[in-house]
Amino acid sequence: MSNPTIESRTSPAATAPAATTVMSMQQALNRALDEVLADNPKAVIFGEDCGRLGGVFRITDGLQAKHGEQRVFDTPLAESGILGMSVGLAMAGFHPIPEVQFDGFAYPAINQIVCQIARMNYRSRGTLPMPITLRVPSFGGIRAPEHHGESLEALFAHVPGLKVVSPSTPHEAYHLLKYAATRPDPVIFMEPKSRYWQKGEVDPATHDADGGSPTGAKVMREGRHLTLVAWGAMVARCLQVAELAAEDGIDIEVLDLRWLKPIDAAALAASVRKTRRAVVVHEAPLTSGLGAEVAQLITQSCFDTLRAPVERVTGFDVPYPSGDLEDEYIPNIDRILFGIQRVLEYKRG
Amino acid sequence: MDTLPLAVSGGDAGPLTPAELRELYTLMVAVRHLDTSAIAWQRQGIIPGYAPELGQEAAQVGSGYAVDTTRDFVFPTYREMGVARTMGVDMVGYMSTHKATWHGGLYNPLESRLAPIQAVVAGSVLHAVGWAHGQTLENSDGGTTGVALTYFGDGASSQGDVHEALNFAAVMKAPVVFFVQNNGWAISVPTERQVAGGSVAARAAGYGMPALQIDGDDVVAVVEATRRAFAHARAGNGPVLIEAMTYRRGPHSTSDDPGRYRSLDEERDGAGEDPLERLRKRLLADGIADEAFFAEALAAAKAEEEHIRNGIQALGSRPGTEMFDLVFQETTPALQAQAANWREESEHV
Repeated sequence: MSNPTIESRTSPAATAPAATTVMSMQQALNRALDEVLADNPKAVIFGEDCGRLGGVFRITDGLQAKHGEQRVFDTPLAESGILGMSVGLAMAGFHPIPEVQFDGFAYPAINQIVCQIARMNYRSRGTLPMPITLRVPSFGGIRAPEHHGESLEALFAHVPGLKVVSPSTPHEAYHLLKYAATRPDPVIFMEPKSRYWQKGEVDPATHDADGGSPTGAKVMREGRHLTLVAWGAMVARCLQVAELAAEDGIDIEVLDLRWLKPIDAAALAASVRKTRRAVVVHEAPLTSGLGAEVAQLITQSCFDTLRAPVERVTGFDVPYPSGDLEDEYIPNIDRILFGIQRVLEYKRG
Repeated sequence: MDTLPLAVSGGDAGPLTPAELRELYTLMVAVRHLDTSAIAWQRQGIIPGYAPELGQEAAQVGSGYAVDTTRDFVFPTYREMGVARTMGVDMVGYMSTHKATWHGGLYNPLESRLAPIQAVVAGSVLHAVGWAHGQTLENSDGGTTGVALTYFGDGASSQGDVHEALNFAAVMKAPVVFFVQNNGWAISVPTERQVAGGSVAARAAGYGMPALQIDGDDVVAVVEATRRAFAHARAGNGPVLIEAMTYRRGPHSTSDDPGRYRSLDEERDGAGEDPLERLRKRLLADGIADEAFFAEALAAAKAEEEHIRNGIQALGSRPGTEMFDLVFQETTPALQAQAANWREESEHV
């Protein structure tokens, strides 16, 4: 098979799919939380400003008014306190859904997350489960101040006892949050804040029309020549890239990993065994990022069929830059296309 | 210092009966004997390490004695053996953590009402607040609640989590009793180099919380103070801080050498009169107990120690499968694969 080449890099016109229920990711998350509170009397939502204000991103908007101050409440401003309190509430039989207001504010709570939440089930030999869904507005793309845009997925995924998930669309946000918030284990729920106001079709009845596992990855676009692996906000960008590449006859598959721990290794293998080429795209820094884990999983399952080493297009090993440099840092369309090109043009030595 | 209002009417505070005083002595002897024996076990190679509590028997037995194990919950650190014994926790299960059988011990935290042993100082203080707030949520109709009793030391009081816990509890009026055992030493650092102002109790006022600073070597004073604090918190008046002034007569742990940071003269001066001897004199003076009773209590303690030693010596290692099975309530494919590999490779050897 000859390697397709890339010429055009113009942006496609955004075409919203026809929808029966169109809502933003913010609305989808809000609706999911509303339903979780209605379904589970033990579910409680708390954090900084998530009560009366409804959260700085309005994800919890109106929930206190509807469900009461016992179920949705404001805490003092202290992230370790919020997460440590979650442990005690879980021990008392509640299903805490705490929020840290911005990703970088999870750092002051790392001790409670890593030493306590992640280990309590193990430490207590399963008698004290930690059904905690930690919502973390995550990643960059909104020109925010320092510590308001971080990509913590590799850090959390590395910790035994934690699960990590990130939605890419309003539909995924609705279903993944509803699923996460009913699990008996701690889940770090990373919301791509740059996608909060993007609208999309939500089908509340069915998560995966093809009956896929709620813990699995999902093919967002079928393709034959190469697999783009992404999560969170990068999924939409990879879909854009795939549209552009299609104009040049390159047929790209886009796999939304969805769960960053556990990673759906079977879906990765299935996609790459079909396309024989893969590029992982993430906003987090390159070194020791999840791209390395994904690349290794692909290598292990697809070594014999791979046409080129797995490429990574990522953020850089630098502190998250100010807004002016954000577009240079986050993988953009051009950088992803270059990554694709490197894979397509790879020649065995 | 005593800033706690007089006991609420109908509280469970009351003078100790002769039978209770004898029971306290029996408990203190059992704890003293088990504690000194555990050090011997370590020297004999029966257990790899232990954190002694010599001199803190009155603080631990007295406070643990106030717990109602049908509704309260206790959050220990790693030095609360006396509390565990007083609460009736299975001591083989408790000591198994020092045997290095399982982090957190083998006792059932839910049944015993004692959270798993905690090695991160201040780690569990916030858990107590979360658990206590859960009591508030469940008793919002005005019913009486369980109380969380959380232990920490003068050293841990330097940790941010303690400050967050005190503030959270006070803001939320959570039914928590913060029990500080000020034993004079945070490993090698004396209280005056650890606690600005020289008193943890004095800080409570800054959180709008009543506090009691008590003679932690007087078991009667400890029981009465803890009962008052429990009654106050149980009645919905919010948290109380008790600072029990005591002295760590032994090393921090069986790996520690106090000779490097304090002289024997300093040790004698700091320790004061032995809390066990104090109670013995009091019982004799009040005609509540005689030499035959003391001999009987010691014999019972020796028999109990032997039973516990036999129990932990009979403990085998936990099956390796538990390492994998107890991480999550819902396991992951990666963990299952690792467990399968482990099984295969260890069977092959």
